[in-house]
Amino acid sequence: MAVTGVFMSAVADTHAQDHHHGPAKGFSRWLLTTNHKDIGTMYLIFSFAMFLLGGSMAMVIRAELFQPGLQIVQPEFFNQMTTMHGLIMVFGAVMPAFVGLANWMLPLMIGAPDMALPRMNNWSFWLLPCAFLILVSTLFMEGGGPNFGWTFYAPLSTTYGPPSTTFFIFAVHIMGISSIMGAINVIATILNLRAPGMTLMKMPLFVWTWLITAFLLIAVMPVLAGVVTMMLMDINFGTSFFDASGGGDPVLFQHVFWFFGHPEVYIMILPAFGAVSHIIPAFSRKPLFGYASMVYAVGAIALLSFVVWAHHMFTVGIPIVGQLFFMYATMLIAVPTGVKVFNWVATMFRGSLTFEAPMLFAVAFVILFTIGGFSGLMLAIAPADFQYHDTYFVVAHFHYVLVPGAIFGIFASAYFWLPKWTGHMYDETLAKTHFWLSFVGMNLAFFPMHFLGLAGMPRRIPDYALQFADFNMVSSVGAFMFGATQLLFLFIVVKCIRGGKEAAAKPWDGAEGLEWTVPSPAPYHTFSTPPEVK
Amino acid sequence: MAENQTYYVPEQSKWPIIATVGLGVTLYGVAAIMVNGKQGESTTGAWIMFMIGAIIMAYMLFGWFGNVIKESRAGLYSPQMDRSFRWGMSWFIFSEVMFFAAFFGALFYVRVFAVPWLGGEGDRGTSNMLWEGFQSSWPLVSNPNPEAYPGPKEVISAWGLPLINTILLVTSSFTVTVAHHALKAGNRAKTKLWLALTIALALVFVFVQGYEYMHAYQDLDLTLQSGIYGSTFFMLTGFHGAHVILGSLMLIIMLVRITKGHFTADNHFGFEAAAWYWHFVDVVWLGLFVFVYIL
Repeated sequence: MAVTGVFMSAVADTHAQDHHHGPAKGFSRWLLTTNHKDIGTMYLIFSFAMFLLGGSMAMVIRAELFQPGLQIVQPEFFNQMTTMHGLIMVFGAVMPAFVGLANWMLPLMIGAPDMALPRMNNWSFWLLPCAFLILVSTLFMEGGGPNFGWTFYAPLSTTYGPPSTTFFIFAVHIMGISSIMGAINVIATILNLRAPGMTLMKMPLFVWTWLITAFLLIAVMPVLAGVVTMMLMDINFGTSFFDASGGGDPVLFQHVFWFFGHPEVYIMILPAFGAVSHIIPAFSRKPLFGYASMVYAVGAIALLSFVVWAHHMFTVGIPIVGQLFFMYATMLIAVPTGVKVFNWVATMFRGSLTFEAPMLFAVAFVILFTIGGFSGLMLAIAPADFQYHDTYFVVAHFHYVLVPGAIFGIFASAYFWLPKWTGHMYDETLAKTHFWLSFVGMNLAFFPMHFLGLAGMPRRIPDYALQFADFNMVSSVGAFMFGATQLLFLFIVVKCIRGGKEAAAKPWDGAEGLEWTVPSPAPYHTFSTPPEVK
Repeated sequence: MAENQTYYVPEQSKWPIIATVGLGVTLYGVAAIMVNGKQGESTTGAWIMFMIGAIIMAYMLFGWFGNVIKESRAGLYSPQMDRSFRWGMSWFIFSEVMFFAAFFGALFYVRVFAVPWLGGEGDRGTSNMLWEGFQSSWPLVSNPNPEAYPGPKEVISAWGLPLINTILLVTSSFTVTVAHHALKAGNRAKTKLWLALTIALALVFVFVQGYEYMHAYQDLDLTLQSGIYGSTFFMLTGFHGAHVILGSLMLIIMLVRITKGHFTADNHFGFEAAAWYWHFVDVVWLGLFVFVYIL
């Protein structure tokens, strides 16, 4: 993007009247805002609220599974809980958290005054509460909410779904519109608003990973919209996309869904890769090892993510050639992912390491995400997957990439940048407590699931055979521990907002980047004049 | 423009939150119409909700775009801002391409895999045991279970109305380009003439498409309910038709704005965005003509 540099110098003299005022008073500040920091804050708060809501559903699930037999909820409600837990965590907690981080940090990292399209940015955010209001309201409708699993396979969701499925479909549409507009904004910001001198290969990695994530979002969210539209038509207008008696195919649903769904899992992890690539160098007091290879690895992962979708469908009856292709393509992803893990470890090698909370979460991320990656490789082996498919092994796998992967990445980012957001240092002792309780709780909750799955316990059931009882009890204890610990995180953040040790502009001595050149807390408007990047 | 070479960060705006309420109310209303209708309950309340939502959306679109036009005419937008709009529109069109890709993908999948397998061919030919004797063919006029999904009597030939529509749409892509060149040359009368011609072609296209749909429903029994051929046919052509209508609205608004003198020879991104969108609609049609009608 050599073009951008030319006009950048012209941005130097700035609208005085637009930039030297603070936030508006009262609630209208949040409702009408065009400020990337306000919008980022709203995304983060919304994401945490959804994290608690989806988490409380997980608590219901684990309470029911604490012992064999049915004791707390009916199977029908249990199914709604597993479905809503998945949907809320994916679309309500993880994705908005990363969009919130992007809103806060991208303009600060590239030296831009705001996001490229600030009003659309506000709309992207407010559509989310609207979508989740509709989604959660389905729980109270006749016939209950979605009960077909977060992947909403046809015909479970079409022929056999509850009447509220139509509302679920429109909620997904609204989330999709929000994500697409958010992603367009991110791309326009990164491609057009970088400070003079910041060439593409000088961009911080969080910016790089978000650029690629935004591309994935724009490419696959419309496909999700397409597949739910086909569902809508099958349910309400008599089409037969997913009905073989009319010449359609239920497997078609799975193909289209996973064409969205597989890039989606990278959408949830790539920004965490980016954030960790800032945090590990900062607390190793060394530059990131292999910057260029990190960029290429993210690009390779993103491209490969488009050609691996059917590894979710090995047991559904796809031709053997398809199984082989998708098996090998999936295994290829281990190569660029291995490059990234190697580079993070090499960054730490012989660094002067300290282990503040962001670093603890980042190191745990590297180790535990790698475990999730390895179980992914096991699942990628088509013949072995016939055994693992739809067991708790799959549940263990994706919780290992999402909890200590995506969510630890978010916690690491939150602690890393909280001083910049609030102007105060968080309570390090409490934060370390938060880390260790989360770490132990999360491993207790999810590690036994590997054994349960290999022994044959199916996923998405409210009751199970007696031989699974011990591991399930351990898992539930771990889940309660992890869940309760997140209230501590809420307390730490509130405490940090209300006060604490004053944070310097650059509170971490190894940190690098433009965001540390502005004061803490970051002023309401930053970089009215773009900085020069050498 | 020298003093405006800054990035314009707009003040607080009421439009996004109005748009959120409008979209939420509209879609909740639509969903309620479908759900209540299916259960045989009254849909009056849902229709009222939908109407209210639609009115809010219309108000928002006028207000928000009006706002942007006013700012643009006040010279608040720098060349850099202009590039943000260009990136925004380009990626929006890319997202639309991917939306159509989902439906084209479904079409290819059923034609190449699902229907032949049901007919006993290929790797998964065992699915023929579901409806023994079912013969795979395309266009699929006899469905695996004709009682659940009675097939169409026949399907629409590519070489009648669809060919006319292809000519109309390709010509309109040409005329809009002529209008664009005239605009760049500063010839407003010529721009208006060629743009009006484009809009006329677009409206004739929509009319012909509507006529074709009536013919399909009334004479051929080709409907949404007539199996996978009808499903893919109406969803692809229907979404395309909806995009033609949206594109025509954009062009009509551009004609009004040209008449009001909003554009100059070198500053007319609104027009260009509408033209890009129009070309996108045209390209999608060419895909439809080849894969839905001809092949």
